[in-house]
Amino acid sequence: MKLELHRIRISKLEFGSSTGVRNGVLTVNKDELEKFLLEDERLAGVSLDVAHPGESVRILPVKDAVEPRCKLSEGNEVFPGFIGDVDPVGEGKTLVLEGMAVLTTGRLVAPQEGIVDMSGPGAEYTPFSQTCNLVVVLEPSEEVKLHEAESVCRIAGLKAAHYLASRCKEAVLSQAVAADTVETFDAPALTEAMHAYPNLPKVAYIYMLQSQGLLHDTYVYGVDAKKILPTLISPTETMDGAIISGNCVSACDKNSTYVHQNNPVIKQLYARHGKELNFVGVIITNENVTLADKKRSSSYAVKLARMLGVEACVISEEGFGNPDADLVMNCWKAERAGIKTVLVTDEYAGRDGSSQSLADSCPEGNACVTAGNANMMITLPPMEKVIGDAPKADIIAGGFFGSLREDGSMEVEIQAILGATNELGFTRLGAYTI
Amino acid sequence: MAYRVVHYINQFFAGIGGEDKADHELEVREGVVGPGLALANALKGEAEIVATIICGDNFAAMHSEQVCAAVENACKQYQADLLLAGPAFNAGRYGTACGMVSSFVQKNVGIPAVTAMYKENPGVDIYKKDLYIVETGDSARGMGTAVPAMAKLALALLKGEQPSKEHGYIERGVRVNTFYDTCGAERAVTMLLKKIKGEPFTTEYPMPVFDRVEPRPAVKDMKSATIALVTSGGIVPKGNPDHIAASSAQNYGEYSLSGINDLTADKHQTAHGGYDQTYANQDADRVLPVDVLRDLEKEGVIGKLHEMWYATVGNGTSVANARRFGQEIGQKLKDAQVQAVILTST
Repeated sequence: MKLELHRIRISKLEFGSSTGVRNGVLTVNKDELEKFLLEDERLAGVSLDVAHPGESVRILPVKDAVEPRCKLSEGNEVFPGFIGDVDPVGEGKTLVLEGMAVLTTGRLVAPQEGIVDMSGPGAEYTPFSQTCNLVVVLEPSEEVKLHEAESVCRIAGLKAAHYLASRCKEAVLSQAVAADTVETFDAPALTEAMHAYPNLPKVAYIYMLQSQGLLHDTYVYGVDAKKILPTLISPTETMDGAIISGNCVSACDKNSTYVHQNNPVIKQLYARHGKELNFVGVIITNENVTLADKKRSSSYAVKLARMLGVEACVISEEGFGNPDADLVMNCWKAERAGIKTVLVTDEYAGRDGSSQSLADSCPEGNACVTAGNANMMITLPPMEKVIGDAPKADIIAGGFFGSLREDGSMEVEIQAILGATNELGFTRLGAYTI
Repeated sequence: MAYRVVHYINQFFAGIGGEDKADHELEVREGVVGPGLALANALKGEAEIVATIICGDNFAAMHSEQVCAAVENACKQYQADLLLAGPAFNAGRYGTACGMVSSFVQKNVGIPAVTAMYKENPGVDIYKKDLYIVETGDSARGMGTAVPAMAKLALALLKGEQPSKEHGYIERGVRVNTFYDTCGAERAVTMLLKKIKGEPFTTEYPMPVFDRVEPRPAVKDMKSATIALVTSGGIVPKGNPDHIAASSAQNYGEYSLSGINDLTADKHQTAHGGYDQTYANQDADRVLPVDVLRDLEKEGVIGKLHEMWYATVGNGTSVANARRFGQEIGQKLKDAQVQAVILTST
């Protein structure tokens, strides 16, 4: 499987009469997109706004971030199971509007959505302060129940992202607009992968997906990940949106759809592929809540790694607490099967940093990368503009009663900031012991 | 201009006397006293010891509030930029006093403090989380190495530098966030390659070691047992009167079950932010099964349901907070002669 990513660099968003890209500026026909999203009758209202890096803007509560993509080649569309059909993706050519994101927000699933500050100290902690953001403020109808509201908002975000890329597709195909970069990713058949680079260690990636449910869900080709057995996925499929976030867990370490599309572990393994290692596969597994599920999934994921005959693997977690048990099981089962592991996690060491950071532990977990202590407090100064619903800060995880002050500033744990301690290792944040 | 430092020492190092003078009342003298002279030299003119606080070890232990307040006042009066305390070596009361005043001054004056002790000094375990404590030998014979190390660490803190292991302080066990040069994924793959090759690597987080609690033996006589309900599922009276946070709880609530046979949507809710609240808010008995326990009480299966329930939110709550809640709730239940507890999570 070969996938070409044709990336157009977006440096500015603006509203205008027709949606399209020119000289790095994406113009969005607001009415058209709003009407398109309102075709879902479960939505009572949709409004669009834009936010750029460096602006005095706070967006909350943010549910998901999605990078606009669509297929340039024939075959199934991106986001299979939602936008595309349920057939495979990950081959051909995909258009990417790079440097921007669609952020969904509004009256959503209150407790566990995130904050994105476009400037100030909070901006350092979220990757989405660096993207030009089209903010989709969604208002589900009164009669829509909580879990359905999540689904409504999830699908609206995917539709908006796909719409934006699709509206730029003709210009690319007719060569009126050229991609800024084209990058090719190859995921060869196993027969070939196994014989490639005989002198390099075979490495896999065990990619844990949040599936604690309800509202702690991830979808693979439209299937709720709690219902899967661990399975193989081509890294190129993830780039075409085969994995979708349906999460309302703490914002700091939930994997938004954007980071699934741009998985940094996959990126880094590709970067070393053929030079220092032979990247032979991605194994997705889940984080279900029952012990039997945890045992089954960890054993099955490690079994797949053994079937691939890998020497080592990176294991990334999503969420914290209960999934720490899955992380630890994946770790010791792999290590005892002779597969070396590095774990990517984050920490809940308390506001003073002195508690144990994980809820489970094993001596085999001797190589651990951390994305930082999510309990660290931060004061977010007032912003000139707030998109969304500021009083929600009081109940966003990591915020607490009284966290929103009269002047509009907020005192929160970085847990409340979208992507702050991302466990795919998306950011540079980490922690050490003093 | 040189930084201003206030130095805290005990009666022995001030040359006043040993155990017989341990009740010596706190006094403040301008300039250096005792080990302050060597410290002042080691500060190499970059910082000046402007005043010395002298206090008997027993006096400090017996009058802790008064001593802390006096040290706070002295630091303010002499416009100190930093407090030095000790070195205390293996003197237990002295080490504890050094830790106490250092920790107090950091919190209440907002200036850094540096102290120094032997690793087994009881002051270490109490205060290492809050303080940089330079590791010393177990007696004053270690003065020669303790003094320059304290001065070096003090100057680093005064200049706003992050101390490192080279400063020789006792590991505080506190996790601090930092931005690395590369993203986590890149660090992970680099670490994996080192592990594959058998090269040395350093984990960013050494795995924790946990307390394991042996379950108590089964209750033999349920018919006369008082059973309590405790939950980390966040079930609280409507309105969440104790403001228990949706995540990272800092407190727990204690509520009366008197006259309640069933939890209802108009009077109860969950404060928990980690799950879909719909079903818990519809019927909080789903998380805290009061209705079923009342049935069992009526049927005589259990003696009675304890009159109070305890609730917190187990969502990103730190182990330290959880341990404190557990110890306090456990003590209350023990005092109330409860025989068994049903702990519900989510």
